[in-house]
Amino acid sequence: MRDKLLIIGENKDASLRNVTFEAIAAAKKINESSEIVGVILGDEDLTNQAQEMIYYGADRVVTVKHDNLKSYTSEGYGQALMAVINEESPAGIVMGHTAIGKDLTPKLANKLETGLVSDAVQIEADGDKVEFIRPIYSGKAFEKKIITDGLTFVTIRPNNIPALERDETRTGDITEKDIDVTDIRTTIKDVIRKASEGVDLSEANVIVAGGRGVKSEEGFKPLYELADALGGAVGASRGACDAQYCDYSLQIGQTGKVVTPDLYIAVGISGAIQHLAGMSNSKVIVAINKDAESNIFNVADYGIVGDLFEIIPKLTEEIKKVNQ
Amino acid sequence: MNIYVLLKKTFDTEEKINISDGQIEDDGAEYIINPYDEYAVEEAITQRDTHGGEVTVVTIGDGESEKQLRTALAMGADKAVLINTEDDLEEGDQYTTVKILKAFFEERDVDLILAGNVAIDEASGQVGPRLADSLGISYVTTITSLNIDGDNVHIEKDVEGDVEVLETSLPVLVTCQQGLNEPRYPSLPGIMKAKKKPLEELEMDDLDLDEDDVEAKTKTVDVFLPPEKEAGRMLEGEVENQVEELVSLLKKEDKVL
Repeated sequence: MRDKLLIIGENKDASLRNVTFEAIAAAKKINESSEIVGVILGDEDLTNQAQEMIYYGADRVVTVKHDNLKSYTSEGYGQALMAVINEESPAGIVMGHTAIGKDLTPKLANKLETGLVSDAVQIEADGDKVEFIRPIYSGKAFEKKIITDGLTFVTIRPNNIPALERDETRTGDITEKDIDVTDIRTTIKDVIRKASEGVDLSEANVIVAGGRGVKSEEGFKPLYELADALGGAVGASRGACDAQYCDYSLQIGQTGKVVTPDLYIAVGISGAIQHLAGMSNSKVIVAINKDAESNIFNVADYGIVGDLFEIIPKLTEEIKKVNQ
Repeated sequence: MNIYVLLKKTFDTEEKINISDGQIEDDGAEYIINPYDEYAVEEAITQRDTHGGEVTVVTIGDGESEKQLRTALAMGADKAVLINTEDDLEEGDQYTTVKILKAFFEERDVDLILAGNVAIDEASGQVGPRLADSLGISYVTTITSLNIDGDNVHIEKDVEGDVEVLETSLPVLVTCQQGLNEPRYPSLPGIMKAKKKPLEELEMDDLDLDEDDVEAKTKTVDVFLPPEKEAGRMLEGEVENQVEELVSLLKKEDKVL
């Protein structure tokens, strides 16, 4: 019988996050001949999202609609997904390593008494042998992991495994499954939006990060303008967060977020080993710093020595100019 | 209130990583309490000081782990438990860890369990949620605020930069994120007192477990360093020219714009 891999899709503001499509591509890497079954949960009609999953490579999609699935809770999503998993009995499950993925998948893995490889950035498969590569020590090293028993359960880091091309000619079944979701002990009272508008750090292709050299909360403004011009997100070093120039949720580093964007612009960041751990695997790194001796220049592809308050606005202008 | 903290020792964040024979070299490495677990210890002490009760710090490790437990005791925890698996376990994963912790907690009355959001070494972030599920209690990850009022628990949680406000009830397991608190340094009197505080040592036998019961479901087959970065290029000249050159390189050569 043909194997089946389940992709847990993730909704954000009524559309699917890109990592969902990356998860479909990841499943194809695990086993190209498997049937790819998407699952999406929510409290509204999910047909559009289901259709998108099919365009991106899913063979069919199961949706679960219930009032108690309006917002993510581990209990609500856990119940609904366990019902789907038990019915489908997939050979593997793939989900994004996002806030929800990190919260939910260990619970499912525990219920299934199975292993879970989290935060995979690369998948190498050769027949039945599937190896997952994931960063350890915040990217100071990598490990290659295999699953020795049970389901192939993996979360993938956003932005590392490219999604397949969207193909509107693809077709597949969409079934709505009726599952009762009850007895939820945790309720969400409110969500306060604080993250930089639109672009999430973990999924950003471009990150402009500021350090102590930015000097103040006000000093972050030109960085936001540059990030806007680039369609990117703003991040920070621990130094800038400790000095209260910005929120801790922006912190990149060993104690903070670990990011791998295509372009990382480090502004006024000296390059402590803890910060480098969180960003040094970015594809292209640009460092802008007053001090030519700064450690950040050792990992940068391009370096500019000078006053960031002079350089950043000029850079923003130049980028706007070439993008016109 | 019975408060427990899950603690893991990790390499100091200053440590460079070296590899020999496909393994991370740990000779002479400095170990610390996993930084996220420090938030958990601090929060546990604060909650105890508000609501009364006792803070017990639990770690799975080897003889060396005593040092991190003593540090937590010096910060203000009341008791420590070392589950020493040095002689019983060659390799484990999160499945293994949670099987052991489950056996440990099954016999205990628990109101609140705190853990770090992730450990900065393996960074799986799995142990907290897996354990809560095993014990049949609620959990909330990446919390930045915790208020307990009777059995009701008000929590703020970091969700990729946004803040989610939620309510749940005791018993609950939480994992701690930056912004929750400012961990204290152990004081000198704290360090002196810590030497006399109880530190219980258990082995897998004491939990009626043997190696087969906790056999890992995943295996690390290789460890390697990221490719070395080649020396970058320092741009020179007038600021305007540097900026123009940079944008042109990023667009034409690297194709990232």
